[in-house]
Amino acid sequence: MSNNYLDIIRPGINTTFQDKGRDYLYHIGIPFSGAMDNRNYLIANKLVNNNLESAVIEFAYQGPHIKYSGEKINCAITGDVIFSIKKKGTEIEGNCYESYQIENGDEINIISTNKSVYGYLALGGELDLKFQWNSCSINTKANIGSNNGKKLDVGQRIGLKKINSNKDIKKTNYINTKIENIRVIKGTNFDYFSEEGKKIFYEKEFKVSKLSDRMGMRLEGLKIDNIVNTNIKSEGLIKGVIQVPADGNPIIMLSDHGTIGGYPKIGVVASVDYDRLVQMSPGSKIKFKEINLSDAEILFKLYEMETQNLLSQI
Amino acid sequence: MIKNISNLGDAALYCDFGSEVNKSINSQVIKYFKTIKEKKFEGINNLTPSYNKLIISYDLKKTNFKEVKNYVENIDAEDSLNINSKKLEIPVCCHENFSMDMKRLEEILKLSRKRILENFLNKEYFCYMTGFIAGMPFLGDLDENMRAQRLETPRVKVPKGSVALTEQFANIYTFESPGGWNILGNTPLEVFDSSKEDKPNLISPGDTVIFKEITLDQYKNYNEQ
Repeated sequence: MSNNYLDIIRPGINTTFQDKGRDYLYHIGIPFSGAMDNRNYLIANKLVNNNLESAVIEFAYQGPHIKYSGEKINCAITGDVIFSIKKKGTEIEGNCYESYQIENGDEINIISTNKSVYGYLALGGELDLKFQWNSCSINTKANIGSNNGKKLDVGQRIGLKKINSNKDIKKTNYINTKIENIRVIKGTNFDYFSEEGKKIFYEKEFKVSKLSDRMGMRLEGLKIDNIVNTNIKSEGLIKGVIQVPADGNPIIMLSDHGTIGGYPKIGVVASVDYDRLVQMSPGSKIKFKEINLSDAEILFKLYEMETQNLLSQI
Repeated sequence: MIKNISNLGDAALYCDFGSEVNKSINSQVIKYFKTIKEKKFEGINNLTPSYNKLIISYDLKKTNFKEVKNYVENIDAEDSLNINSKKLEIPVCCHENFSMDMKRLEEILKLSRKRILENFLNKEYFCYMTGFIAGMPFLGDLDENMRAQRLETPRVKVPKGSVALTEQFANIYTFESPGGWNILGNTPLEVFDSSKEDKPNLISPGDTVIFKEITLDQYKNYNEQ
């Protein structure tokens, strides 16, 4: 173990290491994984002068309480997160989108995410993590990635292989915008549903269920009636696919999803809205709005330009 | 051949090879899958072959639907590399400790335990695809008189190694996972090994699998040999 390390005093409930994820493995049953909210992941790394694809600590709802030991290092938290930093007995309330310098004995206490789900903690350096298929992202279902594919646990010690020499303090004024509607593209089984069911899908609100995690988001609302078949021959899934099983309640596939499924696909969330979708916490109301493929492509391009622009200003 | 190409969302191509499930259509899917994987088209970042569909995912920052569709329509998958498939024997123990749904299968199929095992074991099954959970093979086809529906209420936890049936297919649970298939036995073999990054799956699409029965003692000693 190196001389610079983190001790996990409290792990939080869904704390994992994540990076850009791993590709080209759907055919063997392994999804992309990676940071759920990609934009906030990139900003966190930029704020601490990291390579943008470095590993960060992702948490959901309650975050970890960490004690740092070693030479000075920068850290930053992104998302909508309530946290404090304890330095030599004094505790200060932390601000997201601002880097802080911490030193030997300092503590970061991430209380919770606020009206959102995921937050990111980046450290200015390189965590000492195992890579599998070019990614350290933890997939707890298949136990793949760093930390033996398991969530962080109390009492764990995580080393840093390297600390960035650039210790410039950075700040940005990014605000996580909420959107009213999640835009979707018609799914390949859209016509399996009744006229009434299609109307419900686009016009009524759905509530995000508590049974949501990195694999999928379950929704509750009026039943979407299927008039053809409630099963299809199993076929591939991608993140953002909205399946409707026999009970009529939609399930949206998220980054750790099962790679094959046999429920009809009513729609697919447009890539432009994925980062904001995953931040909708249980109890939130979702309304879907149909868009066509070319609009989805243009909107994603604009979103991507905005992300690059944000990063270049940090 | 691909009958129709459409979009699945804004970052994937949905290639439809037909609606039936059979070896000849599936071999076409696998041929396209292997050809595209080999050629590494810029922007394509994942491929999911299944019974009769191929989903091609791409990075919307690098390419788009029109470009990938154009590429796929113009590749020559016919004279692709030979499929390079293998034949595997999978040991399975059908002791009552493992065959949780034997009673249910006996009732549904109206066959004795002995007949069910005779019908299932020592036959060649074709691997159509792998997935859902890492490394899980979808094998077929079971005899006509061996086809049962899924459980009405899926189990929250199916033990790792479970060999299970549904409709015309058999599979192996590579991890403990939720699942609704009818469990017939258990294999001591590691069917998925994430420490072997270049070849984590024991069984790949196109392979042939034969289940061979082992006793409970052989099962217990299997990993100590």
